[in-house]
Amino acid sequence: MTDRRRPLVFIVALLVAAVLLQLARERLYAQDLPAADDLLYVRSEAVIQRTALSYDAVLGDAYWIRTLQYFGRGRLHPDGSHFVLLYPLLDLTTSLDPKFIVAYRFGAIFLTEPYPDGAGRPDLAVKLLQKGIATNPSRWELFHDVGFIYYWHLHDYKNAASWFDRGAEMPGAPWWLRTYAAVMLTRGGDRQASRFMWQNILRSATNSWLKQSAERRLAQLDALDQIDQLTQIVGAFNRRSAKPAETWNDLVSAGILRGTPLDPAGTPYELIPVVGHVELSAESPLFPLPTEPLPGQPPALR
Amino acid sequence: MRAIGYIAVNVFKESVRDKVLYNLVFFAVLLIGISFLLGQLTAGQDIKVIKDLGLAAISVFGLFISVFIGIGLVSKEVDRRSIYSLLSKPISRQQFIIGKYVGLVLTLLVNVSVMTLAYYVVLGGMAWVAGGWFLPAWEAPAVDPALLKAVAMIFLQLMMITALALLFSTFSSPILSAALTFGLYIAGHFNADLHHFDTVVASKPAGWLAKVLYYLLPNLSPLDIKAQVVHAIPVPAGYLLLNTAYALVYVTALLMGATAIFMRRDFK
Repeated sequence: MTDRRRPLVFIVALLVAAVLLQLARERLYAQDLPAADDLLYVRSEAVIQRTALSYDAVLGDAYWIRTLQYFGRGRLHPDGSHFVLLYPLLDLTTSLDPKFIVAYRFGAIFLTEPYPDGAGRPDLAVKLLQKGIATNPSRWELFHDVGFIYYWHLHDYKNAASWFDRGAEMPGAPWWLRTYAAVMLTRGGDRQASRFMWQNILRSATNSWLKQSAERRLAQLDALDQIDQLTQIVGAFNRRSAKPAETWNDLVSAGILRGTPLDPAGTPYELIPVVGHVELSAESPLFPLPTEPLPGQPPALR
Repeated sequence: MRAIGYIAVNVFKESVRDKVLYNLVFFAVLLIGISFLLGQLTAGQDIKVIKDLGLAAISVFGLFISVFIGIGLVSKEVDRRSIYSLLSKPISRQQFIIGKYVGLVLTLLVNVSVMTLAYYVVLGGMAWVAGGWFLPAWEAPAVDPALLKAVAMIFLQLMMITALALLFSTFSSPILSAALTFGLYIAGHFNADLHHFDTVVASKPAGWLAKVLYYLLPNLSPLDIKAQVVHAIPVPAGYLLLNTAYALVYVTALLMGATAIFMRRDFK
């Protein structure tokens, strides 16, 4: 080994030794390592906007990435925290980059979905979207999303219709937004109306995550239709036979079904014996199904 | 004119010898490395994030070059005593200051140009991987010529900062010059507060003083159009022209100030 190479070899050897020592420490004292808490050091949007100088957009991106990591980690390992930091993170992201439309739209979805798929806070989602509308008043997509939350999650069809109508006034708004408003007022929580909306979302989705979400919703609507059909079949069987169906095999043996019925995701439906109810399995990727309003119930009670 | 050219070329050669251009490698590695990581982290916003990050990196790298080389442009010559042999040649003090400034601006121009080229190459590569130059999920094409407007405005900001650093370099130590330049850089982004100071204080003179400072200090925030360009918000040509004229006038004033101070210095 030449004299010039000797220091380099020593440096590499020392760095390797440092890595090995770290590994040994992590293995021997794993329990003593402090857990990484979810902390938000700065909550004031004014402070962060000022300190960002001219780098507010890139800092907004950093907060966006942090939001996605926080949300993704919470979904993979639910700890019952109900994503308490989700709204503050989205608020900071959108304060740093007020034109970041995706942050408002995806953020609203993350906030609206019931826990553990989301924070279960449609009220905060509406607040975030309204903040987006204040800085981007001509973006019809934001009006659409507020209307959709009122429709799908809050079952408030009058408000939903009003937001869809306002969105339809915006430049570049698609023709079907006006149809949504009319459908809300006439048919409310009709399953066909839901299917129409999710199909439109699927067609116009520019992101694979949104596409998957719409496909899942459409599969859930198919599952609701299938559950209705199966409930009728089980009811008819129970009325005809002396003994009510206890398992799907009873219906298969009677030649009514060809096999155990599967939901659109391929998981068998569950038959509740005696009462004859058909339910989606908790094991199914489509679980839980969206709640549907009871026919004739006024929106305020739903 | 020829003397200015010689000094400028020397400043450029010196910065190359000082390994200033190494930052270009850092820039390229940073952008390429992050573009590989971003796909999984941004929910389809990787092009937007790379655009933001690239412009911010061009600005930050340029800022550090402007400040840390700018503050030594004159003081280094004085410390090394090479100023004596320089000024004994047929070079006026004005030519010396302007030559130094032009040299550093030339260094910055090369840096910013190469960084912009690397930036477009990375964006082009990402668009190619994504399968299109302008996908519906994006607000603007990946390789968007409009980004050059933001780069041009960054370059004007760097020209102003270089002139500030050079001004301070003519009469103070490098550390103090760096502190003053960074201080004015930060103040240059808070100018809107000074403009509206009279609405938060009762004292009229304080309001007036704030107004005077607003017009006197370098106003850098209007030159920041990074977010508008990335979000495909149109920036009027008139706005860009006025910004350019403002920056050039301000730079001229700073260089005249630097020359005036340098003329009065006694090197005996």
